[in-house]
Amino acid sequence: MLFKTVRDLVELAEKENKKISHIMIEQEMLVTKKSREEIIAQMDKNLQIMENAVQKGLSGVTSHSGLTGGDAVLLQKYIEKGNHLSGDLLLQAVSMAVATNEVNAAMGMICATPTAGSAGVVPGTLFAVKNKFHPSRQEMIEFLFTAGAFGYVVANNSFISGAAGGCQAEVGSASGMASAAIVEMVGGTPRQSAHAMAITLKNMLGLVCDPVAGLVEVPCIKRNAMGAANAIVAADMALAGIESKIPCDEVIEAMFRVGKMMPSSLRETAQGGLAVTPTALKIQKEIHAGGEK
Amino acid sequence: MYIIYFMLILKNMTYEGGIRVKFRSVFDIIGPIMIGPSSSHTAGALRIGKVARNLFGRRPKWAHIHLYGSFAETYKGHGTDVAIVGGLLNFDTFDDRLIRSFEIAKEEGLDYAFFIEQGIPDHPNTAKIVVGDELGELEVVGISVGGGKIEIAEINGFKLKLTGENPAIVILNNDRFGCIANVANILAKHEINIGHMEVSRKEKGKLALMVLELDENINNEIMDEIHALPNILQVARIVE
Repeated sequence: MLFKTVRDLVELAEKENKKISHIMIEQEMLVTKKSREEIIAQMDKNLQIMENAVQKGLSGVTSHSGLTGGDAVLLQKYIEKGNHLSGDLLLQAVSMAVATNEVNAAMGMICATPTAGSAGVVPGTLFAVKNKFHPSRQEMIEFLFTAGAFGYVVANNSFISGAAGGCQAEVGSASGMASAAIVEMVGGTPRQSAHAMAITLKNMLGLVCDPVAGLVEVPCIKRNAMGAANAIVAADMALAGIESKIPCDEVIEAMFRVGKMMPSSLRETAQGGLAVTPTALKIQKEIHAGGEK
Repeated sequence: MYIIYFMLILKNMTYEGGIRVKFRSVFDIIGPIMIGPSSSHTAGALRIGKVARNLFGRRPKWAHIHLYGSFAETYKGHGTDVAIVGGLLNFDTFDDRLIRSFEIAKEEGLDYAFFIEQGIPDHPNTAKIVVGDELGELEVVGISVGGGKIEIAEINGFKLKLTGENPAIVILNNDRFGCIANVANILAKHEINIGHMEVSRKEKGKLALMVLELDENINNEIMDEIHALPNILQVARIVE
């Protein structure tokens, strides 16, 4: 194993003067004994699935419950009017993150990053940054390896599922991963990637997993939207030279401790938080009455 | 045998300095490609069903599926039920027939029943699947640990003590002399190292089970080679 912590990862990248994505590819070769070409081809396939999902979501989908869908389209139309408050890149990322999760909610095909419920953040930010910085296909694939490297550390030292650690573990991890990968793609250092991830994750600590009617729809889709925004702003902060006072590994550890303290009702069981608000309970009742599976 | 077993355990403990690495591949993080909506409750659930199917070795006639914890609370919204049946039909996580798996199960003569359990499991996403036909039955307890990754906790009431860190295979065999040696010989021939191994049986001379943790994934040819050995009934991957 080449690295177990973000610190290992950054030190290795600095010492060997390599991108984090390259270290992740080397580790994958070591662990799976597959060739570089095979590994890159597999990631290329994942990238293709992400592109398809975004395209499908931007054309408009509706979930089986009828609860979600169409927001990615609404946001695209709003962006086209040109009178928006946030920047183009930020809103594009949000719209494409939403598109992916709307497809997921509609039981469409997606690539989990790191989970299905948090599948929108990484592709949403990737394609938005792509539109402005025009990376090569190879660089887009590297983006996914860098995101994967940071996710790998979180998954092995903490958790990445809402049932285990709340939404902070899911969308929080996805956003941190995206933020670190954005920094690498636009030319930041490995150290800046680590700070971006730390800043992102710090701002999602404590986020609970409280899906209305137990569906991966409300509030999951909008949490992906804000996760994407969080990732981009944190990447900008890190690129500006702002550092996280708490090192990334310690933030990950804090996330683990917070998750361990979360009651089961706030970990994907739909028994707490937004899931038990009067409106959520009404929705739940309607869905069950409608015989929706 | 006991000495070898003990040495294997010692070796396993020192592997990677004893640090648990549950997610080994970058594709555990960026992936799997799957039909939504939940990696743990849909893709992971499907994979538990698929392990039960592979261990059983043929399409079961019936399946009793017990859901625990968060699986029990939220299975409807996540399509956990649809996904487990899809796994029992041997679908992949990205198979778009998944949505119709109940229908397809009926067409193919797989009779399934769900039991929503109140018990609190060790892990929130736990499923117990009992499959069978006129020739026999098999019980698998699986947990979905996140991001689509699963662990098999029990097979036929036998608790597995897998670290989840290394690829693992399960072999069901008739309890006869030479089975363990034959399997070990094939792995040795292909230069595959065994990190940890457990054997068990219910009754002398009847059905036995081998669980092997390996240092690398083995390909289908080697799986087939093991399957072709005398007295080997089933070979299945339980950790990849």
